[in-house]
Amino acid sequence: MIVVPPAIQRIPWKLIAVLSAITGFGLLVLYSAAGGNWSPWAWQQGVRFLVFLAVAMAIGRFPLRIFEDFSYLAYIGVLILLIAVELLGFVGGGSQRWLNLGFMNLQPSELMKVTIVVALARFYAQLPPGNTRSWTALWPALIMIGVPAALVMLQPDLGTALSICIGGIVVMFVAGLPFWWFGSAVLAGSAAVPVLFSFLHDYQQKRVLIFLDPESDPLGAGYHISQSKIAIGSGGIGGKGFLNGSQSHLDYLPEGHTDFIFATMAEEWGLIGGLALLFAFFLLLRWGTRVAIRARTRFGQLTAAGLTMTIFFYIAINLMMVMGLAPVVGIPLPLFSYGGSSMLTIMTCVGIILAIENDSKTGTRRFH
Amino acid sequence: MSRKSPPITEAWRGITFTRRALVVGGAQAAVGVALAARMAYISVVDNDRYVLESESNRVNLTLVPPRRGWIVDRNGKALANNRVSLRIDIIPDRLHNKAFVLGQLRTLLRLDGDTMDRINRDLKAASGFQPVAVAEDMTEAEYASILVRLPEMPGIAPQRGFARNYPTGAAVGHLIGYVGAPNAEEYQQAKDPLYITPGYKIGKDGLEKYFQPMLKGKPGARRVEVTARGRVVRDLDTQPDVQGKTVHLTIDADLQEFVARRMGRESGAAVVIDCTNGDILSFVSMPSFDPNSFSDGISNSEYSWLRADDHQPLINKATRGLYPPGSTLKPMAAIAAIDHGVDPSERHTCIGGYRLGNRFFRCLGTHGSVDMPTAIMKSCNSYFYWLAHRLGYDAMAPTAKLLGLGEEFQLAGSSQRYGTIPDSAWKMKKYDQQWSASDSLNAVIGQGYVSVNPLQLAVMAARIASGRRLYPRLINREFRNEPLPFSPEALATAREGMDLVVNGPGGTAGRSRLPLDGITMAGKTGTAQVRGLGTGNGKSGTWKFRDHGLFIGFAPVVNPRYATAVVIEHGMGGSRAAAPVAKDFMTFLFDREKAMEALDTFEAGWGGTIKERMDRDYMAWKSGASSDPNPELPQ
Repeated sequence: MIVVPPAIQRIPWKLIAVLSAITGFGLLVLYSAAGGNWSPWAWQQGVRFLVFLAVAMAIGRFPLRIFEDFSYLAYIGVLILLIAVELLGFVGGGSQRWLNLGFMNLQPSELMKVTIVVALARFYAQLPPGNTRSWTALWPALIMIGVPAALVMLQPDLGTALSICIGGIVVMFVAGLPFWWFGSAVLAGSAAVPVLFSFLHDYQQKRVLIFLDPESDPLGAGYHISQSKIAIGSGGIGGKGFLNGSQSHLDYLPEGHTDFIFATMAEEWGLIGGLALLFAFFLLLRWGTRVAIRARTRFGQLTAAGLTMTIFFYIAINLMMVMGLAPVVGIPLPLFSYGGSSMLTIMTCVGIILAIENDSKTGTRRFH
Repeated sequence: MSRKSPPITEAWRGITFTRRALVVGGAQAAVGVALAARMAYISVVDNDRYVLESESNRVNLTLVPPRRGWIVDRNGKALANNRVSLRIDIIPDRLHNKAFVLGQLRTLLRLDGDTMDRINRDLKAASGFQPVAVAEDMTEAEYASILVRLPEMPGIAPQRGFARNYPTGAAVGHLIGYVGAPNAEEYQQAKDPLYITPGYKIGKDGLEKYFQPMLKGKPGARRVEVTARGRVVRDLDTQPDVQGKTVHLTIDADLQEFVARRMGRESGAAVVIDCTNGDILSFVSMPSFDPNSFSDGISNSEYSWLRADDHQPLINKATRGLYPPGSTLKPMAAIAAIDHGVDPSERHTCIGGYRLGNRFFRCLGTHGSVDMPTAIMKSCNSYFYWLAHRLGYDAMAPTAKLLGLGEEFQLAGSSQRYGTIPDSAWKMKKYDQQWSASDSLNAVIGQGYVSVNPLQLAVMAARIASGRRLYPRLINREFRNEPLPFSPEALATAREGMDLVVNGPGGTAGRSRLPLDGITMAGKTGTAQVRGLGTGNGKSGTWKFRDHGLFIGFAPVVNPRYATAVVIEHGMGGSRAAAPVAKDFMTFLFDREKAMEALDTFEAGWGGTIKERMDRDYMAWKSGASSDPNPELPQ
């Protein structure tokens, strides 16, 4: 019998396998989307994945304590960056979402998706159990979510703002706040939809309207959704075959390598490819949920649940968008779409969840 | 809150967390299942629809206009065929830098302002892949100049297409008609995308229009794979066009051209019919238009030039020109008289005219004692006045109708004006007046109410020559052509008289004997007055008021093979203007070389072939029209 050294055993091979499978599949699609070429997207995405995977593994080795200690600091730091972006955009005359750091463009709103979860988890972990149903459990959280969400909406970036809200709200939910608070918020929210709608920019309003009736403007703003559905629908069960997707290769599918990459994949790999990808995502999310339930600390529980939700939100909104179930909001498919920002966010989430998993293996559960 | 809540402890919080995390996880899984179901719905249930839409995205179908069927003569010689035409179109969807490309085209092809306006107009109206024509019938040099710059001018589609070609040009203008691009109305009617494909032409007039269903053929199609921006990735397949069917005419192309050329500068019509079966061998109306000009899209100035010509080149005089037939009706009157019991050898004395009551109807000469054949030979009016007075015209009109006068024939692609053969019933109906004896006298010499077209005259000649009721035909179409109910004696007398007209001593067409050994022509001249009888002499003065010259005839006299009628408008007399033309083309039928020699001499005198003369006249007209009143410059 072969004795596996503990150092090797400690590496989460199953997780790496799932992440690599998703990304690897994505690389094949990117290769095809570039017309059967590793450049300009596939090789860069591959290299980026390896780097970020290493980063995630490194984050996973950090003691969980560090995240808890630095959570508020990180939150305030990212909030300042968000304001800085807003000011720069104001000075530059136009909307701006990123800061040029010289070696890369940093999108603070992406970082906020992670830090809001961590900061709220810290807040509820520190909250005395008796206060769970009190006002003090609510208002600080609402402010912590509301301020960055409002800043991101100003950019304007509806998708990311929603993502920040959802991540925060899920942390509040699993923290045990009364059910009826959420119920009445949902009711109030639906009542406020027309008011909120009027706050949206023209092009955002148009996107929502087009989403409600894509066929009304098949060559204009409904073009994205129509072409995406054609790509998915024409793929059928088995797909048109690798490198044979006409919708993507002939440029009918817009953003075929970023936001609409699922349609590019579905055209060539069909329903089978789509279900395989969904299964891989299911494995990733199941891992996240399991880590949350088995977490040793309350901070770990809340963080893992929130971050899993953040990953899920990416997947769900993106897939709903490409299948015509949600407006075009510009959210990429995690690990699959070409792009560094979203991969950085996802891998950071994965790294932190990994740290929680490692933490739960080291000690006994605190509250049993 | 009235509800009793459990005490909040760490343990409770832990259980709540697990429960709610499972709720969240379950909700996520539910969304996942919903997404999978949605995807399955799109890709399995709606698969057919989306496959179709994907294909219609990917594949762009371009129609290739079919080659038009040829129109050939009885020997298979082309009267209308196709020639290669180099053309340039714009595909609006692929035109990205419109201003630059149009500017380039304008410089390279030297397009004028009108053309640029039209292209801009068409581009605005066109949608998607519907090509817009830029230039047709370009020279190889122009075409090549576009080809080399093709990469810098996306949206330009050069094409080697076909254009209609009429080798003999104006000679077949009225016979064949012409083709042209379909107009908006025709497209609305046909609803055929081919109609808005550049380079596609439909028959607009004459046989081209009549035989359109046969000639049009089936369009080819080119399927190409295109990107969303319209770049052609590759050709998928090309379905070749099916050329239209060939239409075989009874026309003799060489004769047709010869007759047209022989008409020279005159205005008129000439028809030649095969006496054995009614085949129309030549069907000429001159002056004519060049159908090639129409098929290429005639220019405004050329069209106004044609319209301004007082010789009316746009009217087919062979079927739509109505003329008083003059003395060409005399053989017909002779047949009618004999069948009404007149003895052809009975003599009447011409005293230079005929007295009817207190009016004196003049003859052109004083012919003395004449029998029927002599009266035909000398075209003696007095003799026929005498017959008409004796029998009345109601006895002759049925014969005229049996010989094809006043009849509208079933002839492919022609619109005919069939004129009038008057009788008492007709006059009563039309003018509510009794038929008078003087009406009969006028009618018998082919004046008064009588009007016929040249085709009818040719049919009459063919029926007299053959003794059968021949129907003229342009395509192989079966008619019964039964024998005419005339006595052999009547027909023989008419033919004898016509023989004498050409070959007898002192016949009116004696100068038009065929210059051939053993083959003679029979005929009858006619001179139709344009002004009323007896006013002016019609032999000089303004062209418009000169007499028409007519001639009917057939050859050979024994066993006639060819019958003809010639009308020369304002030719001042049948023997002078019409008979010599008939003589030359009848000669051509038997001895081409001899006839061509004669023609070459004539054409040298007239100033060249039809095309050379037309081009020169057009240039002269254009310069005349442009250098109109020259305003006086202040000194």
